[in-house]
Amino acid sequence: MTEVVFYVFAAVAVISAALCILQKNPVSAALWLVSTMFSLAAIYVLLNAQFIAAIQVLVYAGAIMVLFLFVIMLLNLGHTESDIRGPSTVAATLVIVGLLGLELFALLRYSPRQLASEFSRWPPYAEPATVFVAGQITQQESAARGVVGAVAAPLFQTYLVPFEITSILLLVAIIGAVVLAKRNV
Amino acid sequence: MLLGPALGLSAILFSLGVAGVLLRRNAIVLFMCIELMLNAVNLSFVALAQLHGASGYVMVFFVMTVAAAEAAVGLAIIIGIFRHKQSVDLGNINLLRG
Repeated sequence: MTEVVFYVFAAVAVISAALCILQKNPVSAALWLVSTMFSLAAIYVLLNAQFIAAIQVLVYAGAIMVLFLFVIMLLNLGHTESDIRGPSTVAATLVIVGLLGLELFALLRYSPRQLASEFSRWPPYAEPATVFVAGQITQQESAARGVVGAVAAPLFQTYLVPFEITSILLLVAIIGAVVLAKRNV
Repeated sequence: MLLGPALGLSAILFSLGVAGVLLRRNAIVLFMCIELMLNAVNLSFVALAQLHGASGYVMVFFVMTVAAAEAAVGLAIIIGIFRHKQSVDLGNINLLRG
């Protein structure tokens, strides 16, 4: 059942992404990208990452894409002619993307057991549950303290300094955006 | 546990994002394709976090923060370019071409 739902949302995500890069109208491209992000949020729920799914909808679909749509409408770009590059670039793109896609698509064969046998020193006896202890601990944590607690504990303990640096990054981004978008630069 | 299919979906989405960056000349659509690639990488982080623990979720957090900062600054730069050129077509932005 879970797999059927996963493949439905995966198909929606791939079709929306393909339409996003082929639409000549930027507004419809943005809306197809929102559709991709929503189906990715559903897939995160299936992968037991409910909190990340909520953040995905709030931050990506809710904030970043609204920013994109604001800029598209501010610049009045809704009615442009097709901006896809010439045939030689299209051919080169197909070759490059095909090679890259084939390379990455080889990851499809990975199952937890396969990954465990490559990680373990004694491959025939590799059990995902014993090789990947951290994953087991996270599952127990989210059962005991809830999904948010299992994410918050490492965020505010192990990764506290990177988290604080992130706030400086956001401050720099805010100031930079204001300065760049100001008139009379 | 859906590890392989999630990694395969992530591969397809990343390749589509690369195709969009190479194909399109509209700067805003190009930015959206970069967001698509970041999302694909987030998906593989989440898929592998099932095995490797909650650090993957924390990485997704940081990727989202960087994506938000990048979108804000990038769109501000696009607005600045539009004021100068009245266009966001990357073919028209050739000031540094020799």
